[in-house]
Amino acid sequence: MAEHQTEQSTPAPAGGTVDAAEIARFSAMAETWWDPTGQFKPLHVFNPVRIRFIRDTILQHLARDGGGLRPLEGVRLLDVGCGGGLLCEPLTRLGAQVVGIDAAERNIEVARLHATQSGLEIDYRATTAEALIEQGESFDVVLSMEVVEHVADPDLFLKSVGQLAKPGGLVIAATLNRTTKAFALAIVGAEYVLRWLPRGTHDWKKFLRPSELARGLRGGGLQIVQTTGVSFDPIRQRWSLSDDLGVNYMMVAVKPA
Amino acid sequence: MTQQRYDVVIAGAGMVGATLAVALGSAGLRVAIVDRMTAEAMADQSFDGRTSAIAFGSQRAMVQLGLWPLVADDACPIKTIRVSDGPSPLFLQFDPRDLQRDPRQPAEPFGYIVENRFLRRAMHQRLLAMPNVARLLPDSIVETQSDSGSAIVHLTSGQTLHASLLVVAEGRQSSLREKLGIGLHRFDYRQTAIVCSVRHELPHGNAAQERFLPAGPFAMLPMTDDAEGHHRSSIVWTEQQAVAPLMLKLDDEAFGVEINRRFGDYLGKVTPVGGRWAFPLALQLAENYTAPRAVLVGDAAHGIHPIAGQGLNLGLRDAAALAEILVDAARLGLDIGAADILSSYARWRRFDILTMATVTDGLNRLFASDAPPIRLLRDAGLGLVNRTTPLKRVFMRHAMGALGDLPRLIRGQAL
Repeated sequence: MAEHQTEQSTPAPAGGTVDAAEIARFSAMAETWWDPTGQFKPLHVFNPVRIRFIRDTILQHLARDGGGLRPLEGVRLLDVGCGGGLLCEPLTRLGAQVVGIDAAERNIEVARLHATQSGLEIDYRATTAEALIEQGESFDVVLSMEVVEHVADPDLFLKSVGQLAKPGGLVIAATLNRTTKAFALAIVGAEYVLRWLPRGTHDWKKFLRPSELARGLRGGGLQIVQTTGVSFDPIRQRWSLSDDLGVNYMMVAVKPA
Repeated sequence: MTQQRYDVVIAGAGMVGATLAVALGSAGLRVAIVDRMTAEAMADQSFDGRTSAIAFGSQRAMVQLGLWPLVADDACPIKTIRVSDGPSPLFLQFDPRDLQRDPRQPAEPFGYIVENRFLRRAMHQRLLAMPNVARLLPDSIVETQSDSGSAIVHLTSGQTLHASLLVVAEGRQSSLREKLGIGLHRFDYRQTAIVCSVRHELPHGNAAQERFLPAGPFAMLPMTDDAEGHHRSSIVWTEQQAVAPLMLKLDDEAFGVEINRRFGDYLGKVTPVGGRWAFPLALQLAENYTAPRAVLVGDAAHGIHPIAGQGLNLGLRDAAALAEILVDAARLGLDIGAADILSSYARWRRFDILTMATVTDGLNRLFASDAPPIRLLRDAGLGLVNRTTPLKRVFMRHAMGALGDLPRLIRGQAL
């Protein structure tokens, strides 16, 4: 899973204003990001299981029952490395007040355009976690989903993520484990055999063991409360939560109040 | 020009469209339902004096949606179904007790016969109480287009609606189906269905009767007694295209005689009441059930032979399946008009729709033939089926809408 893959090839738009040709270009890109059968299909298939987990974890943390279609009303949420907005849009529909950040200006343009077409108001910013800290921002929930395995300094990055959570707030992080099984499935399987992802999307050496992710989050002043695996069932073509942390996994941490 | 965002715009406020609106509305989705007629006009007997067979599964869905209490008093339960082949003395009798595991429990009826106007009234009554459902009646859709986030719908009134999904529930003659570029397979049965209600001297005993005549099936369906206590039944009489107009022109007396002539006199003297309707019969199947940000339900997707009273039930199962898929997606905040969501609807519905279309088509062909060898075979078949309880169970379960991978509503569970 890599929401960051367009980063490398992204030239930043020159000015603040966008002309018609730019809109057409971003529109075509937005369709790529948002085409459930296209290049980002694995993320679309992966999305329901992680959204359900995020929703239920937040509701449990806030001791809400979760009735209705907007159970996250009033929750201020940050998605770090939001890509085209595949998590920001659903979480906004569920009622959360979402800020999505991505270092790639082009992803942010794509995300903004698609949100407008979907009739959603989402605060997208082409910026970094560190810059947000400088601006004094803080959130009830901070998400770092399939991002930490792409950053240069995971410990520093996770520390920033922790700093962006309010006291009593929640951090949910997801990544890939540095195991032989993950190498076989996420690199050989997804990139070479199934061609789910472009080759070079992931660098196995940058995957994090659960102990390493936990260490990074603790470094940000957080306490780990839950770790769960996410497994793919090739027969039913469906992802589900599991006890197997061998490939994809998610970790929940809280910031002491 | 005002602009408004909805989750779903439903084109057509007939029985399938309105039921879908009730289901989506009760789950909290923002819905706009558009029809060129007002709810009052649709619920008027002069617009639609027909009845519908509400199969057991459809009835359970209506209970879940709060619709059933509004029509229960006007619903006549079907407790037995009798099928006969013209003058042949052989009967195929379906009895719900054959489906029971515990014979001490009271048997569930196969379904109910309800006048369409009562169904329509109940649906709109429920919709009126839902602040998240906009009833845009009367209005109509002039044009529609889609982009990567929305279906954009332009109305005659000048309003423009933006929605995640457009549902086409316009019925057989759907013009949006064509505008969306969805083709149609059509086979003309060269038959006309004559539909009316009759009073009769003797009680029907809650039996639905279907007699196969050379021109096509003739069904007598039990209705509730009228206010004066007269026994009533609803007739669906399939006639050759050329003969039907002659029958429609007869006065009540002569029309009653024709009915008796075809159906025997086991209900005593039969008197037609109210209007008579005639519908040309054709098998219609849409080439696709989906287009970008659009989906077909009910007769817009499939029109089948009325031989088994399954057209509306098939449409209600479309509505129940679509409602389940959309509500499950909305509870995860997913884009309910996304292509993967729509194709899961199409995959789910295809088998049920094609099976029902094939079975009703086959039955009609089988029984419309008067060639002696075919008669002999099918009478042997009727007798065989009648003595083979497991086979009867399968037929009954399918007709009751209780076979296959059923939506939660049809299983009697909450959405």
